[in-house]
Amino acid sequence: MKLFKNLLGSVKPHFEKGGKLEKLYPAYDAFETFLFVPDHTTHKGSHVRDAIDLKRTMFMVIIALIPCLLFGMWNVGYQYHLAIGETATMMENFIFGFWKFLPLIIVSYAVGLAVEFAFAIYRGHSVNEGYLVTGLLIPLTMPIDVPLWMLAISVIFAVVIGKEVFGGTGMNILNPALTARAFLFFAYPIYMSGDKVWVHNAMVDGYSGSTILGELAASANWQSLSFNPLDMMIGTIPGSVGETSFIAIMIGALILIASGIGSWRIILSTFVGGFVMASLFNMWGANELMSTPAEIHLIIGSFAFGAVFMATDPVTGSQTNKGKYIYGFLIGVFAILIRVFNPAYPEGMMLAILLMNIFAPLVDHYVIQGNIKRRLKRANA
Amino acid sequence: MLTNVYFCDRKSQFFKKEMSKDIRLKKGLNINLNGEADKVYASTPQSDSFSLKPTDFHRLTPKLTVKVGDKVKAGSCLFFDKYSDRIRFSSPVSGEVTDIVRGAKRRVLEVKLKADAETNYESFSTLDEGATKEQIIEGLLESGVWPFIRQKPFDIIANPMDTPKAIFISTFNTAPLAPDNDFVLHGLENEFQKGVNFLKKLTDGIVHLNVDGNTNPSSVFTSCKGVQINRISGAHPAGNVGVQIHHIDPINKGDVVWYLYPQDVLTIARLFSEGKYDVSRIVALTGPQVEKPRYYRTIAGSSIENLLNENTIIGDNNRYISGDVLTGKQIDKDGNIGFYDSQITVISEGNQQEFLGWIAPNLDKFSLSKSYFSWLMPSKKYSLNTNYNGEERAYVVTGQYEKVLPMDIYPMQLIKACLIEDIDSMEQLGIYEISPEDVALCEFVCTSKMEVQSIIREGLDLIKKECS
Repeated sequence: MKLFKNLLGSVKPHFEKGGKLEKLYPAYDAFETFLFVPDHTTHKGSHVRDAIDLKRTMFMVIIALIPCLLFGMWNVGYQYHLAIGETATMMENFIFGFWKFLPLIIVSYAVGLAVEFAFAIYRGHSVNEGYLVTGLLIPLTMPIDVPLWMLAISVIFAVVIGKEVFGGTGMNILNPALTARAFLFFAYPIYMSGDKVWVHNAMVDGYSGSTILGELAASANWQSLSFNPLDMMIGTIPGSVGETSFIAIMIGALILIASGIGSWRIILSTFVGGFVMASLFNMWGANELMSTPAEIHLIIGSFAFGAVFMATDPVTGSQTNKGKYIYGFLIGVFAILIRVFNPAYPEGMMLAILLMNIFAPLVDHYVIQGNIKRRLKRANA
Repeated sequence: MLTNVYFCDRKSQFFKKEMSKDIRLKKGLNINLNGEADKVYASTPQSDSFSLKPTDFHRLTPKLTVKVGDKVKAGSCLFFDKYSDRIRFSSPVSGEVTDIVRGAKRRVLEVKLKADAETNYESFSTLDEGATKEQIIEGLLESGVWPFIRQKPFDIIANPMDTPKAIFISTFNTAPLAPDNDFVLHGLENEFQKGVNFLKKLTDGIVHLNVDGNTNPSSVFTSCKGVQINRISGAHPAGNVGVQIHHIDPINKGDVVWYLYPQDVLTIARLFSEGKYDVSRIVALTGPQVEKPRYYRTIAGSSIENLLNENTIIGDNNRYISGDVLTGKQIDKDGNIGFYDSQITVISEGNQQEFLGWIAPNLDKFSLSKSYFSWLMPSKKYSLNTNYNGEERAYVVTGQYEKVLPMDIYPMQLIKACLIEDIDSMEQLGIYEISPEDVALCEFVCTSKMEVQSIIREGLDLIKKECS
């Protein structure tokens, strides 16, 4: 600790006003404040402040993602060994997945943070912590074999077009992690959909590793699937790395809700919205996806992952408490709607959240208008 | 919370007559700090160093009537409001003007006084219960007691030409370590009633006396006649008069409500019964850095030097605050108690770095969020310091402010309207009902470390400027 302090102290003069590297101060500042909570004291307003800051907030989300991350790594190994017909121990599966997934995380953070730092230096503001979460979310929504250069491009697209053009963290309209995924999905669909991408090496070796949604869209009856609901709960199914295990996602949801970082209103209403919509389709039952039971809809695909980790992004979601219920509910409704009616995009969750990101300010607008009308009425009474 | 309030409103409409209200607020936050004042009076020799600070009065431009070396009596005018010369500000003691401290652009910051050993009072006319509204207002203005009466919106000194739609007195303060008025006003039923009787004549509406619904309030308040007694329960800011007004008789555009503190009601009573400007004040010395926090009898504007000498202050890297930790003003170690304050808080400065402080579990830190463990120990008391605990950021987290503002107002949207100086939106979103002190907790809990109180203050100033 003293070592860090001395080290920072010795390089600090270069970054301060008049130093050689003055322009790079935001980068220095990011490292210093990462290691040490700064010694800034209050100078106006409240003399004491809550212990929370944005770093702590983002750190809690990362903790909540750890169950998904660990399970996802294991599942990569498990699916691979299953596909090639070998048996492997739990540890072997995990280590296999760990080494396959690690490069994705490294590329995502390295590229994303480089862009973030570049913008912070260019604009002369401090580096925001938002990317700590985005950088982990992006690889978790990817198929394991996504080429690293493709990942890098999508990360740059997400950070620049999804976030920085609007003014950076806190100003963006679309969820950056989903922007990255949507970009890849439409730019390189071969690598992002179909039945050959969800298991490691499937494209090369030619074995099929189709997702449940893929099979359902291809008119398989849900009961004839190769996976039973227990597999779906645990997550021993092919899919994007982080999305498969309902249980791991729910552990994350509990951490987010208990710590108050994720909005329980959004999570709950998204599930309610999805359940209501799927139940309506159950009554109709015109195709296999429609007749898949509502509760199964909620645990397959990226519905749960999106509801817990994507829809809850406070910047792109609704900001009023009432608005959060409406926003979440509509995400659930649209996710199932897209899933059922558009076989080309069996994964409706991503599109539903992006769509509602756009509408969130409108939802808030009406909630706030309600408040304004209430106040006017009071004045006229 | 809201249903309850609407229920109350409907009930009162039904009876067509105002009746006392019982309001339970669910939102809010009590910050448990170490250093609550014991309910005993410590005695200390009265300091002879006093000051009156024009900066205690928001938006005041003072016009001095004294110069250094002038002899004054308690109640002599030191300065008046340049734009409303009837509003005068009086010396709290008799003595000599020793210094006039000026800041940038020669703005007067402080008029310093050295008190005589024996206080000589200016004599003002006494009034009895039969006095008219005009006589009362004239008496208050002439003596310099008037500035104790302030108005909402804007938190400025009341305009004597206005007739407020109601007068509000909050008899309890829920801010951290705030003095307990039940204790401070104990046994002063008659004086308090006398002061209230004069106040009643200043409004055509009601004088609201709001008592703490969480406790059994003192009979000073509950036995008060001629007022509407409302019970308010809830965590801070339930004791803020702005929050109470919002639930009892909300301010719409154009409305004016007056308010004052219980101890100042006594000052009014003393003025009219004894004919003197007597601003004796009971002050609580509080805070985690005070070894024996307790109450002191002193005079408004007094230096806190003697208070600190009589007590042991722990450590020497401290911040001295006139007022509470959320809304008070920083003063020097030998600084003076503010005009409206009845509390001094001493906390330690947090000017130390902390290694990986944002990851560590930090059991001694307090947070509304559950990302620290303070929520598991609701009765634990904390010794908070002045560290920012982070850096200012753009808005990311939502829904935080709403948890600590028990009003039907969208705080974040209102703050953003203030930031972009959108007056229409500010009015629509309820700026007239909000004071900086009401959003102090929003500022406290803010993850992005926004200066919420000054943003609201600047918003109010903008409206005041544009609309006057």
